[in-house]
Amino acid sequence: MTEKKKRKIRLSIPAEEIMRPGNLACQGCGASLAMRYALKALGRNVIFDIPACCWSVIDGPFPYSSIGVPLLHMAFETAASTASGIRAAMKVLGKEDTKVVAWAGDGGTFDIGFQALSGAAERNEDIIYVCYDNEAYMNTGIQRSGATPYGAWTTTTPVKHFKKLPKKDIIEIMAAHRIPYVANVNIAYPEDFIRKFQKAASIRGTKFIHVFSPCPPGWKMKPDDTIKVAKLAVQTRAFPLIEIENGVKYTLNVKVNKPKPIFEYLKLQGRFKHLTEEEVKRIQEDVDSYWEYLMKKVEFSKEYAG
Amino acid sequence: MFKPGKKIEFKSAKEIPLTPTSLGDMTHNYTGSWRNLRPEIDYDRCIDCMICWKFCPEPAIYIENDRPKIDYYFCKGCGICVEECPVKCIAFEEEGK
Amino acid sequence: MKKVLMGNHAISYGATLSRVQVIAAYPITPQTQVVELLSEIVANGELEAEFIKVESEHSAMAACIGASAAGARAFTATSSQGLLLMHEVLHWASRARLPIVMANINRAISPGWTIWTDQNDSLSQRDTGWIQIYAADNQEVLDSIIIGYKVAEKVSLPLMVVLDAFVLSHTYEPVDIPDQDKVDKFLPPYNPKIKLDPEDPHAFGGLTAPNIYMEFQYNHQLAMMEAKKVINEAGKEYGEITGRYYQNLSPYKVDDAEYILITSGTVAKTTNIVVDKLRESGVKIGNLRIRTFRPFPSEEIYEILKDKKKIFVIDRNLSFGNTGIFFQEVKASLYNTDIKVPIFGFVTGLGGRDVTPELIEEIVNYGMKKEKPEEEVIWMGVKK
Repeated sequence: MTEKKKRKIRLSIPAEEIMRPGNLACQGCGASLAMRYALKALGRNVIFDIPACCWSVIDGPFPYSSIGVPLLHMAFETAASTASGIRAAMKVLGKEDTKVVAWAGDGGTFDIGFQALSGAAERNEDIIYVCYDNEAYMNTGIQRSGATPYGAWTTTTPVKHFKKLPKKDIIEIMAAHRIPYVANVNIAYPEDFIRKFQKAASIRGTKFIHVFSPCPPGWKMKPDDTIKVAKLAVQTRAFPLIEIENGVKYTLNVKVNKPKPIFEYLKLQGRFKHLTEEEVKRIQEDVDSYWEYLMKKVEFSKEYAG
Repeated sequence: MFKPGKKIEFKSAKEIPLTPTSLGDMTHNYTGSWRNLRPEIDYDRCIDCMICWKFCPEPAIYIENDRPKIDYYFCKGCGICVEECPVKCIAFEEEGK
Repeated sequence: MKKVLMGNHAISYGATLSRVQVIAAYPITPQTQVVELLSEIVANGELEAEFIKVESEHSAMAACIGASAAGARAFTATSSQGLLLMHEVLHWASRARLPIVMANINRAISPGWTIWTDQNDSLSQRDTGWIQIYAADNQEVLDSIIIGYKVAEKVSLPLMVVLDAFVLSHTYEPVDIPDQDKVDKFLPPYNPKIKLDPEDPHAFGGLTAPNIYMEFQYNHQLAMMEAKKVINEAGKEYGEITGRYYQNLSPYKVDDAEYILITSGTVAKTTNIVVDKLRESGVKIGNLRIRTFRPFPSEEIYEILKDKKKIFVIDRNLSFGNTGIFFQEVKASLYNTDIKVPIFGFVTGLGGRDVTPELIEEIVNYGMKKEKPEEEVIWMGVKK
């Protein structure tokens, strides 16, 4: 018996584990950690639907499942429409307390499932739509998606022809639907992550949560760097942790007063290895100008939305 | 610690559910066999901050008597706990060394 | 209570009487009145249901799948391009073994833009694993929706009620609307076999390996075969309540017939008139309307056709590069039997072209004259 053992530990996130190990996530998978946190935040009175994405595999094959809550596997483009149907059933069956979660990857959200997502948001369906964004089609072998950032290598944007288009600004697109809640979360910030999921669960209407979710094989990085890279995404201002209420009230949740250079973030990932100094400079400028634009929105919304 | 689960097998079409339906979790699948490197906590230096527990994706770190414990049945050896430990008390060495 | 209803409204009343709980639909001509009336019925509180006004047919079916898997009785209606857009999730619904009922109004496929009837939209969904019922009048449309839920929920398969665009969808006919309490007795509340339930959590539809995938297909096929029996049983039970009996096949004057026309949808109704006329002039002819297309009632068809001289199949559809689809199905189902009589396949009425009594008579005359068919597709009423 050591002294330490008697000291009461304090946990900053809920202790209960709803997700089970033995699942098929790769080593250091960000999406796996994201699910673990989401379940901690939401508890067991939830129903998930999952379209084609890494999680269709991670959860385990028939007759197994790792998430410990009811789950409907569905076709690629149907996360939001299926969730709308589940929500309607819960309402008509008098089970309005049950939260309905659509859990999709970036391909299922930014690309093929976007129409259904936009429709559900326009109808302000009472669902939590989660996009765990690993910035490419990872389950099929790292093909570029609408979420792949400028400069990245993927198997369909080879080094000689790396992606020269920016990532869709998904949270602004969703905020433009004037839904009650839009938020960015990051697996390296579990307390912020869980607070936002719990906040989303307390709001009626469509909630959209965008999860920054590193993928070690797809980003060509070491699996032990998952948290480090995720943290750097925030510390370099590449992935600002913000929330947007009712499409107008912007709040910055994690201040980054002394940002690290974007190179710190890029250099840990083989998918950016080919970038020249000039390209890195260009990405830095993009990050800086987006941050400035976003901070103006945050400032403006203090006056506008109070 | 997670109780290892059982494998479920079917002999014929008569035994299976209506549509592919989960009847158990994946804890029969010891992902510990994926591991090349093995994390080991040095409990003399460990400060019980639970950061390793917090960041384990599996989850393969559990809390027992207020201390973090690694579940080697399921630890895939990603090394996040080793990297994130603030006092660097988790060693990471080749399996079987 | 009798009411004069267009086919589309007969669908809406059928769904209302079935006490559907979730409706998800997207507008398309000629289906729009189905959802317009249902919107009113739900808005008036006459039906306790959630109506999701989705942004596409694909989402309509996906929402029905979500609702049905969560334990609600789900309904949708569509047509043509809308049904084609649903194709992927139609497969999903049946393989998920969810008893969704939908109405499809048979409208031809574009281009060129068309809104008029033929059967290629629903027949393109032949292999989606859905039960398909082809109705011939508005009364049958309403009744088939109610019976449809009974059948679908018994065998855990989705069911599609199919009707002709405009000829039924927009044509007013007197329809008896059965009393709600009678329907309630026939169709009790949905008792789901599959349910997303936080108190008993399961995942549905996960990764299924080659060592077990096939067994699910085997069971799906068994359920389809079982449906042949269940459709006839449910149709009989419904008849005992309403006096209207429905079976897989709807034969007309076939018993002593030497020649049989095989039809579906409203063409069958016109054909009955032609049969009556020809019988007056001494031709021993009958009409066999195929009501259930999936599962295909091969055994019952055999029983009717086994002692006939010639068979004339009328298809308001075409499988390009082969023949009319009912023709294929009838031929295939008889190949391993002792029936060796000539079977003629006529293709007509595509894109809403009228299938008139005169044209049907022409079909019969053609078939009577020839010893056996000289070509696989006999085009009728086409300007070659």
